[in-house]
Order: sequence, then structure tokens, then C-alpha cells
Amino acid sequence: MVFERDVEHIAGLADIGIVKEELDEFTIQFNRILDYFDILDTVEGDCVYEQDRYNVLREDVISPSLSQEDALKNAGETEDGFFKAPRVM
Amino acid sequence: MNMENMTAVPIAGSRSEQSAGYISQAAGSPPHPEADETIIGLEVHCQLDTATKLFCACSTDYRSDGPNTHTCPVCLGLPGALPKINRKAVEFALRVAKALNCEVLLESVFSRKNYFYPDLDKAFQISQYDKPLAVGGYLVIEGDKGEKMVRITRVHMEEDPGRLVHKGGVDRARYSLVDYNRAGIPLIEIVTEPDMRSPKEARRFLNKLRVTLEYLSVFDSDKEGSLRVDANISLQPEGWFDREKKSYKGRNRVEVKNISSYKGVEKALTFEITRQRNVIRKGHPIEQATRHFVETQGITTASRSKEEEQDYRYFPEPDLCPLRVSSWVEQIDLPELPDARRARFIGQYGCSPNHARTLTGDLKLADFYEKVAGNADPALSATWVADTLIGELNYRDLGIGSVTPSHIIELVNLVKSKTLTDKNAIDVIRAILDGILQKQPAETPSQVVKRLDLGATDSGIAPAAIADVIREQPQAVADYESGKKEAFMFLIGQVMKKTRGKADPAELNAMLRDALDGRGQ
Amino acid sequence: MAHSRLSFTPDDRVNAFLTTCPEPEYGTGRLEGLAIAIKDNISTKGIRTTAGSRILEGYVPPYDAHVVSLLLAEGAAIAGKTNMDEFGMGTTTENSGYGPTLNPLDTGRVPGGSSGGSAAAVAAGMVRMALGSDTGGSIRCPAAFCGIVGLKPTYGRVSRYGLIAYANSLEQIGPMARTVGETSRLMQVIAGYDPRDSTSIEQPYCHTPDKNIQGRRIGVPEEFFGAGVDPAVAAKAWEAIEVLEKKGAEIVTCRMPGMAYALAAYYVTCMSEASSNLARFDGVRYGPAADTKKPWHEAFQERRGTSFGKEVRRRIMLGTFALSSGYYGKYYAKAQAARQQVKLDFIRLYKEVDVLAGPTMPTIAFRLGEKADPLSMYLSDILTVPANLAGVPAISVPCGTVDGMPVGLQIMGRHFEDEAVIDTAFAYEQAVV
Repeated sequence: MVFERDVEHIAGLADIGIVKEELDEFTIQFNRILDYFDILDTVEGDCVYEQDRYNVLREDVISPSLSQEDALKNAGETEDGFFKAPRVM
Repeated sequence: MNMENMTAVPIAGSRSEQSAGYISQAAGSPPHPEADETIIGLEVHCQLDTATKLFCACSTDYRSDGPNTHTCPVCLGLPGALPKINRKAVEFALRVAKALNCEVLLESVFSRKNYFYPDLDKAFQISQYDKPLAVGGYLVIEGDKGEKMVRITRVHMEEDPGRLVHKGGVDRARYSLVDYNRAGIPLIEIVTEPDMRSPKEARRFLNKLRVTLEYLSVFDSDKEGSLRVDANISLQPEGWFDREKKSYKGRNRVEVKNISSYKGVEKALTFEITRQRNVIRKGHPIEQATRHFVETQGITTASRSKEEEQDYRYFPEPDLCPLRVSSWVEQIDLPELPDARRARFIGQYGCSPNHARTLTGDLKLADFYEKVAGNADPALSATWVADTLIGELNYRDLGIGSVTPSHIIELVNLVKSKTLTDKNAIDVIRAILDGILQKQPAETPSQVVKRLDLGATDSGIAPAAIADVIREQPQAVADYESGKKEAFMFLIGQVMKKTRGKADPAELNAMLRDALDGRGQ
Repeated sequence: MAHSRLSFTPDDRVNAFLTTCPEPEYGTGRLEGLAIAIKDNISTKGIRTTAGSRILEGYVPPYDAHVVSLLLAEGAAIAGKTNMDEFGMGTTTENSGYGPTLNPLDTGRVPGGSSGGSAAAVAAGMVRMALGSDTGGSIRCPAAFCGIVGLKPTYGRVSRYGLIAYANSLEQIGPMARTVGETSRLMQVIAGYDPRDSTSIEQPYCHTPDKNIQGRRIGVPEEFFGAGVDPAVAAKAWEAIEVLEKKGAEIVTCRMPGMAYALAAYYVTCMSEASSNLARFDGVRYGPAADTKKPWHEAFQERRGTSFGKEVRRRIMLGTFALSSGYYGKYYAKAQAARQQVKLDFIRLYKEVDVLAGPTMPTIAFRLGEKADPLSMYLSDILTVPANLAGVPAISVPCGTVDGMPVGLQIMGRHFEDEAVIDTAFAYEQAVV
């Protein structure tokens, strides 16, 4: 069972914006979905999902990088060749 | 203070358990933080010196280029780009693991460390978590009480984040500027057990680690920002720290982040010891906390709680396959490492243990010395390189790379053949280094000797100089004759002034003594 | 090389395309001059690519996805980018940030999702072929709902380089077309090894469909005809399986116990991976800019809160929860254990049979707005997610209609036996033409 305060906590952890009006709806839905996920408790054993492949590596050979212009092309704000980002306060 | 204790106790069982011992000790007698043992563990991040980044083929040689000129869809975190592991980075990391006597795990896995920060292009860092590359090694260092083993907990690989720039200074900038050139540079993280007992030992560990990595040709400490250290430190009443169980039953430890130089480690830890002692002396508990080292001020500051609470939500990186490289370790031929080379320098070249330690404490210096020792008297070369040359280089902030071995070979040979006195040889070194500093065309020692007329002469001028001095300084001569030892030193100084250092001081010494003693008889 | 241009001006009444290229260039090769629609989560150099999300509004990739390079190298013309549920999160294409796509066969119904735009574009005859991506049925579901063919290849057979990640360990790009033959033809071009994708496998697809299935053993898992499956849809699938039997296949009923927790394992896995994948959309390097006047976390939350749709935020939050300290073991780790069980079910069954068959979806296409409750929408993926969990190939081929709407027959094969899946579907298609 999760409560609204849990959903708020998760939203904070996920750094995702939710508005107060959505909280009730999300909480109800989360409870239904998480209840459904409880079926996983019946999975027996601790076997892990196995990956079949390993040591997939590349050689240490340089390829050309993007130009600074191409790298910055999709950015909303740039300055002197840098991306501009909000500050961590 | 009461308030603090009241809020501190109920938070978590583990917390109150940890502080219980301290409280009972405080009840019996006032705390004596000076007698406490300092317990230090390190997490060291070093950039591996590969040609390309860890997960993409962008060049790592970014330092002299403009921002965001060494990026691609992968290291910019563009939607849809996929990482692929650099084989060389794995090989380098394995070399380190082997040199640090670690066990390479049968299978290691890259995981995502999720957190939000503008320098992190994908909002996660690809690192290793529950299955690191290697575990359980050690490195022998010169400890405060002789040689000691610092145990290595784990060695793992991860990618460097980008770099934030704050215009107008970190305190004033309203926004961040981001350069992703550094994003994706391969890092190796080496975590030690809390086996160091003083800031000095921590620094020695770092130096030993640095030189070891350099001997392995996987790391270049000259590159700015190529090394970063987090240190955890606590002060424990003597005997409280149970080395075998590696447990902290006692005061909390503090993690100091953001240390980026060798000297910084010693500074940060020394500051932190003083700070913790003051807290303890006031009878306050040490809060388990993360603090940041401010290099410019030499202090540590508390960091905000948000960072401490971070939940990184690690999970295996689905875009990469696991590594199974434990069998590769056998194929790695480690080069001669610093300890072995030091022993060889003592045996092969007759270096003193101190000289050998100094000379092998830096890869380029050791290589330099070997070039000199192969062409000049090895023991004499050791003295000149380790005692004189390094000091003169450090004084001028020059590296060993700025000097040519042939110059020092020539110099040592001139000294050996007594063509040059020790004193004037120092002047020759200074003249050469000053020339380098002023970017003048390089001069060989014999050219300098000629230019400055520093060559040792036969003792022809010495008798005349001695005779002159004895005549000019009757008072000093009388003092000498009446048994005042200082008078001899004064007289020899006068003679050397007249011979302008070109005569061998030992010879002058004998001649002056003969002359003075001869007079008395 | 002389390039030619195509004129592409579709009458797109169903909102299948987010971007169209009116005069795409094309070259020579196996797909010469063929207009191909590309799902909008596949990166196209110089062509806007949004993955159906407002958070990528205006994003123009500086590089082509591997599959796009392969298409261009074979002379194809990129007709445009098709609508989809935001980042692939949905079964209806109603979760697009740019409005839903409608089912061309009944505009009151959804085309299925998340590759609804691609399916609708093919079904409406705007293009002959399209690329989709399939994380938990996102190719097969819309193929079934729109009455076309869609293949989810074996995991690793088609490069994911350039596919905007939703759930990396589950998803594959795959071909969609009106016929099995055309689906196979597109597969020939897009399959193959890509050194940039660590999960890519050296296994080209050079197959031409063969309708001879004499002696092929087809397993029919009971669970695919169990609770929640519309009996009329189940009946259609059974009829199709009987057609295959008449063509010489042997039908064996079997059980897949892992189906009990397949859906939960799937959703926990995809939400967890998505919570990490989608964290990069911070408005710094691409997408609508974050407000640099605000502090980082505030600007970041605002950007994500306003630009991600509800379903995306729901999955990010649930995925964050499933990976968080204290819950990882209960959710993520257990989901991986369940996933392994599902994979083992397939391995066990494939010792007895060559392919598995059943309906693709439990029902026909939903009415618009019918699946407003998230869990009820999730439950409709129950028949398609097992193939993604195990990484095996699976196809949906039309097998008649219920209430005038198409039903899809799903055929799943062994790892790297996409050819057997194609052949079985081809045998059915040829038998009923």
C-alpha cells in the first residue's frame, strides 16, 4: 500500500514534476499496479536473468568527433561553445 | 547540546549503537582527542591514459581544445546512442588490478549509477557496483612506523562526467556552462581499506599508487585533473579500531570529497583532524557526513543533505555485456614496479637506499637516471641527480623532462675527472636550467664551463693565494695559531674567494693547513 | 551517384505521420525508390525525431540510426516519421504528445501501439513498408489491430543504434508491411551486425519465404487461450492454427507456467529501464530549453513535469520506485528472476516444438478512450510480452476479422530462427489468399 506522501517521495526521487491534483489519481493507480506486481513474490528461487554474451569490446581507435557546431545545434541555450544549464543550488 | 543529543539518539539503531561507546568513554573521563588514532581510507579516481574514451571513439586528448569539440552522440548522451567498451581501458584496469595484487572476478558487470546533475550527459554514470573488476589487493607503502601494507578493497572502472564552468566564479555565477569533452574519459576507482593512520601516510599511499600506475603506463599524472580523491576519516580512541574486522565501532567517519591534488590530500585530512578534534573536545558527537574540500582555502565545508540522501538506483547497464576477463590476467606481463626497481638500483648501481627511493619515486626520473648511470659513474650520478638536480629543478618548477641526460652525463664525468669542482658543477647546473627557463638555446656543461670560466685549474694559483691571505690576515692567522678552529674556516674562505672556486676545496684545505702549520714550526 | 526524388504527399486523415518528407531522395539498391515510413523513435539525420514526446520537440538528430543508413544504402526513400505512444509507452498510440493516430479501418478505434503510426500508414496504403519498434508488442499489436504483418526480430538481430531507448533489454526494431513477403524483404535489409551495438549479433537475414511447413511442430500454449482472451478472437486464432495443420504442420498443445508473472516481470523491467533512460531529457543538450534562471532541480522537474505525458511520468515514477533502495529486491531483482523463468519456459518448449502460435492480442482494436485505466491497458499486452522477455522472434499475421476488425495470429520462434517464423506466417498467408 502506498500513500500520497509515498508518491510525493517517489516523484521527488525521480525528480519529476507532479501537481497536487494528480496526486490522488497517481496514488490509486500505483496501488492497483503495485498490487498486480505482487505476483512476483511467488517467483521461486533466486535465479538471475542470464546474459548469453560477454566481452563485447572495441579497439582503442579514434574516430572523428562531432563538430562543436553540430554538438551544440540542438541545445536551447549555449554560450562560448558551452551548453548552458541551470545551476545546482 | 542537549537538544542535539536528544535528536541524535532516536534516529536509527545503528547510529545510537555507534555513538554508545563514545558516550560511555566520555562519562568516565574527559576526551583526549590528541591521543586518538586517525583512521583513513581513500577512494582514488585516476584517468586511464587511453587514446579514446571508455564507451566511444572520441579522442581523450581534449585539454588544449575548445569546449564540446571531443563529443559524439554517445558521450553527449544523445537519444539512441549506445556505449561500447574500450578494450584498452579494460586491459589497463587489469594491469592495475594485477599490480595491486587483486583478485579479478570471474564476471564483472557495468551498472548505471543514476543521479541528476548537469555534467552527467545521460543522467546516469556507467560504473561498476556489485560486481567490480577486481577485489582484495594491497599496496606496500612507507608508513609512519616502517613499511606497511594498505589493503585494497576493490578496483573498478567507470566513466568521467563532463565539466562545469562558472563564469565570474563559483559563488557568483547564476547558471552553469557545460563542456562534455571530459565526459566518458575512462576512470579507474581504487578503494582502500581504512588502513592509513596519518595524513602523511595517505599522501605516501597516493604517491606510491601514482608511481605504480605510471610504471604500468596507464596513467599520466602530469595531465590536469587526472587524479581525484575522496577520503574518509575518523578519530578513534586508541585500540578502538579493530583492524581485522575492519569495523568502525566508535565515532562516525566523515567523507571528504573533491580533493584533486597530492598535497591537497594531506591538507584536507590535516584540517579535518583539527576540526574533528575540536568537535570532540567540546563533547559533541561527530556526525556521519560528507564534506567538501575547498582547495583554495585549505578547508572542508559541510555539503547539503540532499547529496547524502542520494539513492543511486544501481542496476546492470542493459546496453553492455558482462566482462569475463579473469583469465586475461595471466597473460599480462607486468613491467618492473617501483619496489623492484629500487632494489635493483641499490644492487646494480650502488645507490644508497634513500637515493634509490627518490630516483624510483617517479618513472621519468628513474628512466633518466638509468640513462645517466649507464654512461657515468652510477653512484656519483645518483648523488648528482637525486640530491642536486631534483632540488634545482623543483626550485624552478621544471620537470625532469626539460633536461637532457647527456648534459648530466657530461657534468658527472667532468666532476669525476676533477675537471670541475663540486661547487662549480652546481653553478653549471643552475646556468643550464636558467637557460632553459629563459628559453635560450641549450648549452652543454663544457660550453657553460668555458663561458663562465669555471674550470678547475692546476693548483698553480693556490700557493700564491694562500701566501697572500696569510700576509693580509695576520689576526686570523694568530687566532688559528692560538687554537681557534673558526679562524681556519675564515681563512679558507678568503683563499677560495681569491681562487674563485676553481681549485678543489679539499686540496686547498690541505695546502692551507700545511702552510699555516709549517709557519709555526 | 545520381539521386532521384520521390513525391510523397499522403492523405493522412488518421494522423499517422508526425513529419512527412514531401520530396525524399532515393538511390539505387534493393529498395530503390520505395517510400518507407520510420517510427519517430528511430533517429534520422536532419529529420525531426521526437519519439512522440513534447520533450523532444524540435530535436533534429545529427546522425542516422544504423537501420536508417541501411535503408538509404539500399535506395529507399524516407517518407516520414510516424506517430507513436510517447517513447513507446502505450498499446494504443493515444499516449502521443501530438494527438492519437486513428485506425484506418475504423476511425473510432485505436490502431494499437506503440507503432500505431507505422501500422496505420501501411494499412491506409500511404506507404508499402514501415519500420516499427517492439518493446512488449509495439510492432505486433498495431499490426494485428490494423490487419497488416509485423515482425519483432530476435533480440540482437537488428541494431538498436539510433533507437531512442525505452527499455533497452527488451526492444527491437522490426519491419511492418502488408504481406509476409514484403516484411521479409525489409528484414533482409535491416538485419545484420552493427559494431556500435554491443548486443548486436552477426546473423544476417538472407531468407526468401518458403510456404512448405510439412512436419513443422507448432506448440499452442494453453495460456494464450485463457482468461482475458476474447473467445471470438481465440476462435479465429484456432482456425488459423488448423489451417497450418492442414498444410502439414503438427499441432501440440503445451503450457507456459511463466505466463503467470510474465506481464509483471515485463512492466517492472521496462519501467525500471525507462526511469533511467528518460532521465537525460533535461533541456540542456536538446529539446525545449530548461529555464537557466531557476535552480537545477526546479528547472529539471518543471521541464519533465510539463513536457512528459502522464503515462510516461507514471512509468518513470514506478520504475524509480522499483529500483529504489529497499524495493530493488522485491521488484527489479524478482522481475529478472521471473524473466529467466519465462526464458526457460521457451527453451524447454522449443525442445518439443519448432514454433509457438496463438493470438497476438486478446481482443480486437479498442475504441478510442476505452483503455483509460493504465492497468487494464497493461493487461492487454499479456500475449506479446513473453517474446520480448525471452528475446525470441515473433510475428503477427492477419487471420480474419471479428466484428469487422482484424485479428492477428502470433507465431514465435527459437532464438535466431526468424526464418521459421516468417515461413510459418507465409504458409498461413498463402493458404488463405
